[in-house]
Amino acid sequence: MRVTIDGNEAAADVAYRLNELCAIYPITPSSTMAELADEWSSHRRPNVWGTVPTVMEMQSEGGAAGAMHGALQGGALSTTFTASQGLLLMIPNMYKIAGELTSTVFHVAARSIAAQGLSIFGDHSDVMAVRQTGFALLSSASVQEAHDLALVAQAATLRTRVPFVHFFDGFRTSHEINTVELLPDEVLRELVPEQLVREHRLRALTPERPFVRGTAQNPDVYFQARETVNPFYSRTPGIVQSVMDELAAHTGRPYGLVEYAGHDAPEVVVVCMGSGAQTVRETVTHLVGGGARAGALQVRLYRPFPAAELVAALPASVRRVAVLDRTKEPGSNGEPLFLDVLTTLAEAHQRGAIETMPQVIGGRYGLSSKELTPGMVCAVYDELWEEYPRSRFTVGITDDVGGTSLLWDPDLVIEDPAMLRAVFYGIGSDGTVGANKNTIKILGSDPKVHAQAYFVYDSKKSGGLTVSHLRFGPHPIRAPYLVSKAHFVGCHHLGLLEKIDVLASAGDGATLLLNAPQPADEVWDALPRPVQQAIIDKKLTVWAIDADAVAREAGLPGRTNTVLQTCFFAISGVLPRRAAIEKVKAAIRKTYGRRGSEVVRRNEAAVDATIAALHEIPVPAAVSTDREPDPAVPADAPDFVRTVTAAMMAGRGDEIPVSALPVDGTYPSGTTAYEKRRISDLVATWDPDTCIQCGTCSFVCPHSVLRAKYVGEDALTGAPAGFPTAPLNAAGLPDTRYTLQVYAEDCTGCSLCVEACPVSPVGEPHRKAINLEPLEPQLQAQRGNVAFFETLPLAERSRVDFGTVRGTQFLQPLFEFSGACSGCGETPYLKLLTQLFGERATVANATGCSSIYGGNLPTTPWAKNAAGRGPAWSNSLFEDNAEFGLGLRLAADLHTGLARERLRELRDVVGPELADAILDARQVREFELTAQRERVAELLRRLADIGEVGGPAVADLRSVADHLLRRSVWIVGGDGWAYDIGSGGLDHVLASGRDVNVLVLDTEVYSNTGGQSSKATPLAAVAKFASGGKATAKKDLALQAIAYGNVYVARVAMGADPHQTLTAFREAEAYDGPSLIIAYSHCIAHGIEMSKGLDQQYRAVASGHWPLVRYDPTVRARGGNPFQLDSPRPRIPLGDYVYNELRYRMLRSSDPAEAERLLALAQEAVDQRWATYEEMATRPPARYAADARRKG
Amino acid sequence: MPDLTTHYLGLALRNPVVASASPLSLHLKGVRALADAGVGAIVLYSLFEEEVHREQLRDLQIVEAHEDAFGEALSYFPRQHTPEPGAAHHYLRQIERAVAAVDVPVIASLNGSTPGGWASFAASMESAGAAAIELNIYAVPGDPHTPGRIVEDRHVEILHAVKAAVTVPVAVKLSPHFSSVGEVALRLDQAGADGLVLFNRFLHPDIDPETLSVEPGVALSTPQEARLPRAWIAILHGHVAGSLAATTGVETAEDVAAYLLAGADVVMTASALLRHGVTHATTLVEGLEAWLDRKGFAHIDGVRGRLAVPREADPTAYERAGYVAALERGRATYGSLTGQGG
Repeated sequence: MRVTIDGNEAAADVAYRLNELCAIYPITPSSTMAELADEWSSHRRPNVWGTVPTVMEMQSEGGAAGAMHGALQGGALSTTFTASQGLLLMIPNMYKIAGELTSTVFHVAARSIAAQGLSIFGDHSDVMAVRQTGFALLSSASVQEAHDLALVAQAATLRTRVPFVHFFDGFRTSHEINTVELLPDEVLRELVPEQLVREHRLRALTPERPFVRGTAQNPDVYFQARETVNPFYSRTPGIVQSVMDELAAHTGRPYGLVEYAGHDAPEVVVVCMGSGAQTVRETVTHLVGGGARAGALQVRLYRPFPAAELVAALPASVRRVAVLDRTKEPGSNGEPLFLDVLTTLAEAHQRGAIETMPQVIGGRYGLSSKELTPGMVCAVYDELWEEYPRSRFTVGITDDVGGTSLLWDPDLVIEDPAMLRAVFYGIGSDGTVGANKNTIKILGSDPKVHAQAYFVYDSKKSGGLTVSHLRFGPHPIRAPYLVSKAHFVGCHHLGLLEKIDVLASAGDGATLLLNAPQPADEVWDALPRPVQQAIIDKKLTVWAIDADAVAREAGLPGRTNTVLQTCFFAISGVLPRRAAIEKVKAAIRKTYGRRGSEVVRRNEAAVDATIAALHEIPVPAAVSTDREPDPAVPADAPDFVRTVTAAMMAGRGDEIPVSALPVDGTYPSGTTAYEKRRISDLVATWDPDTCIQCGTCSFVCPHSVLRAKYVGEDALTGAPAGFPTAPLNAAGLPDTRYTLQVYAEDCTGCSLCVEACPVSPVGEPHRKAINLEPLEPQLQAQRGNVAFFETLPLAERSRVDFGTVRGTQFLQPLFEFSGACSGCGETPYLKLLTQLFGERATVANATGCSSIYGGNLPTTPWAKNAAGRGPAWSNSLFEDNAEFGLGLRLAADLHTGLARERLRELRDVVGPELADAILDARQVREFELTAQRERVAELLRRLADIGEVGGPAVADLRSVADHLLRRSVWIVGGDGWAYDIGSGGLDHVLASGRDVNVLVLDTEVYSNTGGQSSKATPLAAVAKFASGGKATAKKDLALQAIAYGNVYVARVAMGADPHQTLTAFREAEAYDGPSLIIAYSHCIAHGIEMSKGLDQQYRAVASGHWPLVRYDPTVRARGGNPFQLDSPRPRIPLGDYVYNELRYRMLRSSDPAEAERLLALAQEAVDQRWATYEEMATRPPARYAADARRKG
Repeated sequence: MPDLTTHYLGLALRNPVVASASPLSLHLKGVRALADAGVGAIVLYSLFEEEVHREQLRDLQIVEAHEDAFGEALSYFPRQHTPEPGAAHHYLRQIERAVAAVDVPVIASLNGSTPGGWASFAASMESAGAAAIELNIYAVPGDPHTPGRIVEDRHVEILHAVKAAVTVPVAVKLSPHFSSVGEVALRLDQAGADGLVLFNRFLHPDIDPETLSVEPGVALSTPQEARLPRAWIAILHGHVAGSLAATTGVETAEDVAAYLLAGADVVMTASALLRHGVTHATTLVEGLEAWLDRKGFAHIDGVRGRLAVPREADPTAYERAGYVAALERGRATYGSLTGQGG
């Protein structure tokens, strides 16, 4: 059967059908495989032997590997899906599984490993890091191969007893959609006969035939025992090839362990593995067609390395070989595939198997999904034809430091002339990608058409760019690289033309579709000059439609996908127009049928209205404007931002040379401030006459776009006309004006501020003191206002009332304009953290949403103030964040200790009065901290005056003097980290007694990887990996931490009680010991209207799902009850909270009886917990554990 | 004791007092209370087309707004779940529960104005156990250019779609705002309506000068409003094959009797029950019994249509006569209505 699917589904489909257990954990880009397995299992889809596989989510990949090991020892056919760090966490068990000759296949969407920076994209760094474990490594180069070789791996592991990693390139193959022939169950059963399954079972542990496996061995036998497995590895290549041959007999698709393609008597050969091998093979076909004596060698089995097969496959005429590795081993003599090939050939030459030893060179390509295009492959062949080729090289980048990089022709296109190429530029929420996936399915359903789609996404979670690359043609499409010289370019937002070079991907004579709000006769003049010029130069045909208007009129505001998809079919000529429209409508009925008739009707109406609204735009002979797009960043931005950051922002990051990038992953703070994204047409707009200056809007703003200041009236001299202010309504400051500045270009239009605002203008109950208004009419004025606002002085921190929400609005946020989802529930807490403590904070951030919106290039939101101080931020890993943060604390404590010791030594030198004041300073209140900062500054001045003559003690003290100001160490992460993968570490760090502050941004689900269940997911909620509704209660992390007695614990929800949130943050930070804040964070994965996020927080608290509590060990020490219940008794039923969220409603529709049962249990749990909490709130203090730490 | 049993939409009813769609049947407790109070049948609260559509679109928006936007998370929910909108789900569950809880017929009420998804909802309602479907076609042609015939055709179209989807009887609840109400009623009767419910009450939105806002207007009906439906029932009685149900302005047993005399098969009430409590239904039923006794009727069949417009009479003359008589009574009561201006 022919289907159009992506690589993940292709692999998972076989893996699922051939296993009994899937132990899973989400990690990009492999998560889809696990999600599919979970969904199939919940649908009771059986494997080929009639069993419905068990799918078990674990707390980490390490846990998954452990469960796998156990299940395999128990005799179950078991598999897992992972990538990158996940695979690394499996390594210890992989040695065990291989050492015990246990049959299994791990399916890996190969991905980069976090080094100088994390990357979710594809290369072979992860699989190369397990090549020594004893697992066989089998590489698929395409979506079809990912399907076929998944079977080969499973059949081979059972025949050889050697465990397999079956891998394919993350994103490039895992996420590429292509037409694939599915393997029927009969073929699977044929290649994996039940006899093999039974043999696997017979090797299991059983008390009926007991034995011991997993012994500890001594020097006498360990070595020999390690050598026992050699015959199994020797046999493996041959067995894999025989399985491939059997598969070919069934399918007509032959595969080789090492496959040669190209000239019969080549002089030069390029060796490659993974999707890049497809590009190499296609390019060599092109070169040979031009007469070149060139060849390509695709390696499919990498471990055990098929040395004999490689020598046999390489034609004897070869004189030079280039080996391409998609990984980097700093400090090695070469990358692994290169070394393997070189060793193999050298040995073959030594023993006379090949007459002439070819010259072998090695190159790196494609790290983190960097493109490998035919032009780049040609560059590699060109290098081989050089008189003196470089022994080591890179291709695809400009390495102006090591001089390793090859030059390539970016314009080379070798694709089938019968193929149609199309590129679509959209933004995240507009449905462009979804529509293109639909288009691919429509076209791919024609048995004569082959189709391919690949999508490039932004690193921003809101308003990010999506670029869809589509190919259609009569022949199989083997082009695993982005489309260039497209025949059709769709620009689904006119504004993108101002930001990126959309037309770079257009071929001459291409069709350009613009979604433009202007009437057709005004569209041309609205285009900036370079775009007009490119249209003229490339002789493009231009069409335009106001898709937003068509969608709006059809009752689908903001959803232009159907309209623009119809345009594509109408003008691309890919199908006859009438037939195409019918197919679009059929697809609509299929896609939206279950979503309701009205949804279908409106989409069909949108299709019908499209053609009339689509207009061809005449292209004049010359440009009609001299308007240039705005520069990506202001001219006065720092050098690095102007040269490097701006290039990344404009989509030209590929052009940045090695020399321009930091050597150790260190980047400047606060670069989001330079990126005015203007992602919302509607922005917050302040009404000074109505405003009561309460600060709530600013407090809840997830994007830090609402800033308040109060200034003397004289400071407003020179303010732009209309600069809004109001008399400050606080007592004691006459002649002072208040202003609330909206950073309009950074506002995402989430409207949380509007929801939170407590006042309305008189007679206008539906308006607030802050409202959403169109950006365009106020854009210029707001730019001027922001510029002026930034010149106004900030409030002195020591004069701000830190204890009130009203006061905090005057504190500068040092976390701003992040790329988080519009209306994010997490970021207001981070912003608050930086307002209160940012000047002296270091932040350890677990991998997840917060590390992505917090640290994904090109621009990052953690900022610094005018004095150059601000939070120092780092992300280590997902699993180790608590430990990482503790390390920062320990280092700070060491250096504080050293500073104090040196200061005591130098007391008389620097002045006893100053030294004593510093050493004895209390540092809790802001004025105390301000005073200490001034003292330390004075100390540093005196130390500088003393200079080097002061000796090593002075130098020492100068290097650590900043630690004399109390440092605020924050450990930040989501619930996936705190409740699951990092749980052990968090527990240990909380038990350490050290002064760290842990902030858990609890979305109750793995948000960053797409909503998988965690142990924070509540009872009755549906999530991925809990599609039948979570059947266990959410872990009470607060109670666990309270049990230690010396941990400050708070559970907060800003939308329910902002003041309690503020109090908790301040108490936690001031507490000299471990603190834990669990913060309710509404999330898109809850299935809510994000503008109602705060209301939902309120309901979470009002229903008793999220009781607000604080546990302060210092209160116990003072004789009080340390447990404070901050929210009133539940006053709405749980159902009134949960059924506002799609994650709960889903179960109610899919399984009403189960939903009812689980809701009743969840309500019971709420009631029980409330009773427990009430009892705790009335306990005598002595019944709580004492803080046993030694004081002083 | 007189016999109150009757038939409506082919369903056997213990008496002709029917609880019409209202918030009273939102919860199972209310449904039980209505049955206990003695009503002959219960029309459940209305499932509003707008509500269902709004929920469909909202859920679509919630799911789609974040799909395929970010490389690590191309979706946020398991794929197989495409939830039925909450309102529809609730409604179907309420039908199931109500049918199980009471032994009088439970009629589902579908309120909307477009042909859209009526058919599938109606089929779901039938599967959930509804004894009949009441289509509450509530078209307010806000577009002043919409011709009357289009509005009428839409009623027939909706009725056809629903009739094709279900086997249980279907009643249509009409608005009185047609230029020829009678003709519309006859068209619907011919198109297969098993009954007509006269009339829908037009809930006029109103303007609040205090808050400067448009507020949805909700007011309970009064007995004075019963005259219009009663007149039309009197006219239609004997001209339609299906049942006739009267609604609006039923406050006392005498109001029920008046409707029966005009030709109604059943008499529906919501306002009186909301105003006086569910037990008022008992008052109506017992009052009707007493009235029948007092008037010497052994069975309500003997009452029905007694004061309807005779089949052979000229309805125009009847209306005209009623109008002239009303004017004359008005003059007698209030003085000249026409003379005040001059």
